[in-house]
Amino acid sequence: MLINIVLNGKKISSEIAADCLLLDWLRAQGCASVKRGCETSNCGLCTVILEGKPVLSCSVLAARTDGKRVETLEGLQQEAAEFGAFIADQGAEQCGFCNPGFVMNALALFRENPDPNEEEIREYLAGNLCRCSGYEGQLRGILNYLVWKKEKGKKEEAQ
Amino acid sequence: MKAVNQPIRKKDAMQLLTGQPVYTDDIAPRDCLIVKLLRSPHANALVRTINTGIASRVPGIEAIYTWEDIPKDARRFSIAGQTYPEASPYDRLILDRHVRYVGDPVAIVAGADEKCVDKALSLIKVTYEVLEPILDYHKAKDSPILVHPEENWESLCPVGADNKRNLCAHEESSSGDIDRVLAECEVVIDRYYHTKACQQTMMETFRTFCTIDVYGRLHVVSSTQIVFHCRRIIANALGIPKSMVRVTKPRIGGGFGAKQTAVSEIYPAFVTWKTKKPSKIIFSRRECMTASTPRHEMELHIRLGAMRDGRIRGIDMYTLSNTGAYGEHGPTTVGLTGHKAIPLYGKAEAFRFTCDVVYTNVMAAGAYRGYGATQGLFAVESAVNELAEELHMDPFTLREMNIVKEGDVMPAYFDQVNTSCALDRCLRKVREMIRWEEKYPIRSMGDHKVRTVGMGMALQGSGIAGLDVGSATLRLGEAGNYNLVIGAADMGTGCDTILAQIAAEVMECDVDRIMVFGADTDASPYDSGSYASSTTYVTGKAVEQCALQLRERICRMGAKLLNCAADQVEFDGKKVFRRPEEADAEEKAPSVSLEDIATASMSGNELSLETSYTHSSPLSPPPFMVGAVELEVDLLTGEARVIEFDACVDCGTPINPNLARIQAEGGILQGIGMALMENITYDRNGGVYENSLMEYKIPVRIDVGRINVAFESSYERNGPFGAKSIGEIVINTPLPSIADALYHATGYRYYELPITPEQIAMPENRKRDLRLEEDFTAPVRKSSPEPWEEK
Repeated sequence: MLINIVLNGKKISSEIAADCLLLDWLRAQGCASVKRGCETSNCGLCTVILEGKPVLSCSVLAARTDGKRVETLEGLQQEAAEFGAFIADQGAEQCGFCNPGFVMNALALFRENPDPNEEEIREYLAGNLCRCSGYEGQLRGILNYLVWKKEKGKKEEAQ
Repeated sequence: MKAVNQPIRKKDAMQLLTGQPVYTDDIAPRDCLIVKLLRSPHANALVRTINTGIASRVPGIEAIYTWEDIPKDARRFSIAGQTYPEASPYDRLILDRHVRYVGDPVAIVAGADEKCVDKALSLIKVTYEVLEPILDYHKAKDSPILVHPEENWESLCPVGADNKRNLCAHEESSSGDIDRVLAECEVVIDRYYHTKACQQTMMETFRTFCTIDVYGRLHVVSSTQIVFHCRRIIANALGIPKSMVRVTKPRIGGGFGAKQTAVSEIYPAFVTWKTKKPSKIIFSRRECMTASTPRHEMELHIRLGAMRDGRIRGIDMYTLSNTGAYGEHGPTTVGLTGHKAIPLYGKAEAFRFTCDVVYTNVMAAGAYRGYGATQGLFAVESAVNELAEELHMDPFTLREMNIVKEGDVMPAYFDQVNTSCALDRCLRKVREMIRWEEKYPIRSMGDHKVRTVGMGMALQGSGIAGLDVGSATLRLGEAGNYNLVIGAADMGTGCDTILAQIAAEVMECDVDRIMVFGADTDASPYDSGSYASSTTYVTGKAVEQCALQLRERICRMGAKLLNCAADQVEFDGKKVFRRPEEADAEEKAPSVSLEDIATASMSGNELSLETSYTHSSPLSPPPFMVGAVELEVDLLTGEARVIEFDACVDCGTPINPNLARIQAEGGILQGIGMALMENITYDRNGGVYENSLMEYKIPVRIDVGRINVAFESSYERNGPFGAKSIGEIVINTPLPSIADALYHATGYRYYELPITPEQIAMPENRKRDLRLEEDFTAPVRKSSPEPWEEK
């Protein structure tokens, strides 16, 4: 079947099998940031943004995204680098395999709730597994990023 | 120090955080054949017939291989990543007619895409001669059922292995007269402990792709911690010369020891060697949970003897380890249960350590962070906590009286001297951090909730003494930068960066000026690989020495350009200059820049500005750690939640404090998972129930409260800039700490992990002492539960 998807701002028409998962379709399009860590919707590694909302691309049929907008980390490089720098300053990226899903979901959180508290952060990102970091470094990075963003916002206002 | 002991960003951090294609599956050629395995549904069986006729006619199928495609005279091999001759037995074939656990490969299928391969897998017809399996590891030794009855089974090292007794290893070691000492002791804690076959659960499952290179050699690109051992393993498995195999590792999505075993490599290697076409295998999470290389399940019998005044006088330990169907890391992990736990108690007069490692028909075990020390420390530290209770002593105070000190000889640690140790300071620090005096042992929070505390200590090694080899090559590049080439494997731990920091410190330059390459068997200098907590201590030392040699070369080259003798110049990282006292008084000391030296080295030059250094340490200086937990326990529901975990590590000088902290935080959380939630249970066939992340629960970020980590550094003079290891020790302390805190909460001792809410809240589920359970038969479940059935 033929689907039309706006992938990272670019319109793509693609012939797909009916059972093709969004995850596999995205990787075939060269979006290698989208990772698979399980087959049971537990790990959060394959998180992408569909019509502004984070979804697990392993649990979405590519056919369901026909006519919709999909964003992956490939399309959010600047935001990812800006936020990622704070994770890097903690050394919390570690093996990095969970990073794309984690960064996508964190960016989705900041869009939805620009000023989350610790509980809200933990709750929102609970579905993003990480086996390396123990999560503490990720949390420190997020909190530092939020402080930086707030101060940046204030400075811009003052100007 | 400018580079060492600095919290420098990992060199690959931003590439990883922005999702660049750097992992095995991201860089595999698009036209790879997809390789999958047909796996045995039986724990012990012989393949009677296998019909691949229909399956091989599925469009797109390239090849299907069965045991009949393996040469009859093929020598067995081991997939354990260890220095040759491996302690692990040679007990595997790529495909064997005899399948030994639920999940053992029966056929390899290669085809154009996943769909055709899946279809072919479902069309292979196999008939089995089903044999009775041996599933209870208590009954394996000298059982009439043999897991490896074959004549061509081999053990290359004297580890007490005997396949005709289901024995993968047996060891006895002792010092002093333990029986006499225990007889004289006023208190003897005599207990059995049980730990499970927990999974490393790295986020990237096992995966490998293979191609034939321009010279007709096999190029294996794999997510592995051990490129050099992999080369040997693959050559052994395929029966081809080692020179025909090249192994490269790209970025690795986590290892924790799992990738110290060649779990996935041999299958696509076989396919590509046979077909001369590129191929790849990606393990599913289910395969990763059921046919991989988890921690060795162990039962540990401890007899710990002490006097009423608190003096610990002797430890007698017997460990029974279940290596499963194959013996990877079986003979070596078990040794750590004794040799890395008993030495904590430096005042003891005697010890004895005995162990058996047995084969059974369950998934084979392997290397997992902690490598036996985790199990041993759970037992010994739990016993010491019980002793503290028995003596009405504070657990910290009891430790302070008995711990090993710097300069002590450690009989249970192969008589090595304790060259650096801040364990006493770690104890003081953690006591403060958790505010022990306020919280010990229990506080009521109302609403049937209590808060309790518990603690434990740990020790590990820094590489394998006298065995592990670390190497580095350092080369001056054109712009005055350096290429550092290593064979150690950064699996996310940050060793590329840490080793660059060591090189930068010696070369007096920014870490950014060190470009790291690793690891590739064709290009890297030999390194045993990244395991056994060896990289910082062993390879790090090689890097330090290598850089010192390069400094000398640079000075020689600079002196030549300055027309003076090499002993008249100095190097400050940017230039080589004539020492002021050697130059004319009025003149400024003449100098030549590093860039000019680099340029000169490329023209009419015979002095190589590249050095290589290989290092091995006769010692394995232990890092030390103390951890303490505060738990909130709901006595009604049995929910136990970590409110706070405080830990202090002595890893010598932390080369990168940020990365050391993350190692500790991550390791502690894995330990918490092992103590409270990560369970492995088997069906009546020996198949693993917890075969997905839906059922094998690793901690998520809302499961625990705070993890606080501090460092109290000793200085290890044999390590680079005083460093020891940190990678493994960090997983150990949560186990005994949490078990003791739960004792304070419930009044029951827990001897088996994980300690689940059912055991906490419901007395009938508590496993008090395994010896009391001999008559207890577990309720039998159906072999494969339907999805809707509750487990």
